Amino acid sequence: MSAQDVLVLAEIQRDALADITLELLAAARGMTAATGGQVVCAVLSQEGSRFAPALTAADRIVLVNDPQLAAYAPEPQLTALLDVTAAEQPRAVLIGGTSIGWDLAPLLAGRLQAPLVIGCKAVQVDGDALVVTSAFCGGKMTAEVQVERSPAVLMTMPGSFRPVAEAGQGQVETRTLSAPLEAGAVAFQDWILPEAMDVDITQQDVLVAVGRGIQQQDNVELAEELAQALGGAVCASRPVVDQGWLPATRQVGKSGMTVKPKLYLALGVSGAPEHLEGMKGSDLVIAVNTDSKAPIFDAAHYGAEVDALELLPALVEAVNARKG
Amino acid sequence: MNIAVVVRQVPDLIETLEIDASGTALDWDAASFIVNECDDHALEQALLLKEAGDGSATVVALDAGDVDNTLYAAAAKGADRVLKISLDDGAPPAPQAAAAMFAAAIQPLQADLVLVGVQAHNELDGVMAPLLAAALARPYVGVIRGVKAGPDAGTVVACKEFPGAVMAQMKVKLPAVLGILGSDQPPRYVPVSRIRAAMKATQFEEPAVAVAAVEPLVKVRKLSPPVSGTRAEMISGSETEVAARIAAILAEKGLLK
Repeated sequence: MSAQDVLVLAEIQRDALADITLELLAAARGMTAATGGQVVCAVLSQEGSRFAPALTAADRIVLVNDPQLAAYAPEPQLTALLDVTAAEQPRAVLIGGTSIGWDLAPLLAGRLQAPLVIGCKAVQVDGDALVVTSAFCGGKMTAEVQVERSPAVLMTMPGSFRPVAEAGQGQVETRTLSAPLEAGAVAFQDWILPEAMDVDITQQDVLVAVGRGIQQQDNVELAEELAQALGGAVCASRPVVDQGWLPATRQVGKSGMTVKPKLYLALGVSGAPEHLEGMKGSDLVIAVNTDSKAPIFDAAHYGAEVDALELLPALVEAVNARKG
Repeated sequence: MNIAVVVRQVPDLIETLEIDASGTALDWDAASFIVNECDDHALEQALLLKEAGDGSATVVALDAGDVDNTLYAAAAKGADRVLKISLDDGAPPAPQAAAAMFAAAIQPLQADLVLVGVQAHNELDGVMAPLLAAALARPYVGVIRGVKAGPDAGTVVACKEFPGAVMAQMKVKLPAVLGILGSDQPPRYVPVSRIRAAMKATQFEEPAVAVAAVEPLVKVRKLSPPVSGTRAEMISGSETEVAARIAAILAEKGLLK
């Protein structure tokens, strides 16, 4: 334990280690390379030893095992994380910007009266301070934030750090809590899995993505027509699904599906970081948006600053003409 | 079930965001404001819960941006009470200060359930929803998409969203604070005529809440528009010309079959 250690919260989703954990380990390794501290990875679960082999890039893997950690519930998780944080006294605690992270990171920071930075994309050590680069305002603004107090709670933007690939010699230890954890007011009941999908967008070679720029539900039909001409399917960013215009199984992004099609044609999609996270593996990205500063243009190979609704009929016609 | 809903104003991302002269904060005077999208869903969820049973929905907002129109729209949609908290100026406070002020206004309401958007896009060094839960000393769970009355009195069942359109069904004992990502139905449309009627019929309550002063725990060195390492090759021309060029690219890549 040293004041330069970095604590990483291993994220367990549906009884499996989430990929974000390896990104957090990479970020932590980058920080400790500059400070000389250790990377400590906390695994909060019913029995965490089976996750340890994937986490050896950490110097130490601290298992907290308790029946109340078998399924995610905020209060037992927070209690266990507070216990580990108090014992380790780290320079920083790294937590993924996921469904679980959006609970635990701010709750932890609040309980510790500790600084919190969300949307972290890079972290540098500058003397006694951490300098964090974060994206906010839907990816339209970048902040350089200086954090001096310890521990700093940093919630990372998924996809910002290349997952650590190499195994290490991480030593596993089990931490015994002073008292068994108690159930809180929020209790997990069951998983609700999506109903059989009308279209599995993760298996499509061609995706026509619609965003807020599609303006109204009737216009989704125009995108369907284009997808049909291209032999693909229509998917969407979160605002379109929130409006009920397409089912959740068509949503691309952090809280939706991760897709890797040969063609991703984004129409009226601004390109919030959460959306980009779900489509960045696409072979070819063509973006259409009237906002020249839309972040989607930074993730696209080709772009056009025109109205997607006016482009759609012309594009269907041009595609059909090319196909003969 | 008596429900309190927090509704915030955020800069409209359709407009260009300006940075103030210090280079470390957004220029609020140059921003145009809209209702925070997640808070709009929180309001809709509150109205759905209220309509499914007995109870009330009280909307609470800070007097920032274009909040009056937002509050009149909330009243027109069915909110029973509307509370507006005064600010020294029109700039939205930091999440920590906002949480303290909302807590001071909500505490006397003795609400069974507090609904608030899980995030606002301009949050950088704090997340208001769990901070509010802490200030009210109530349990919290966020990233919720849909809430129903629970099987037992004094409970609700909330769906917490995970990747892949998977939900975790969580049973929540009340009182509690939930961070809403989406409601069971899209936010309802309300015609302008009903908003106008609400403007005549609605009296905002203005609770006496002191403006909270909270020392920031981080220092913003600078703000800037994101610098891209890569940028799309832009296709210019009319819609017809752009369409022809895209079709040609797809043909070159063997994507037209």
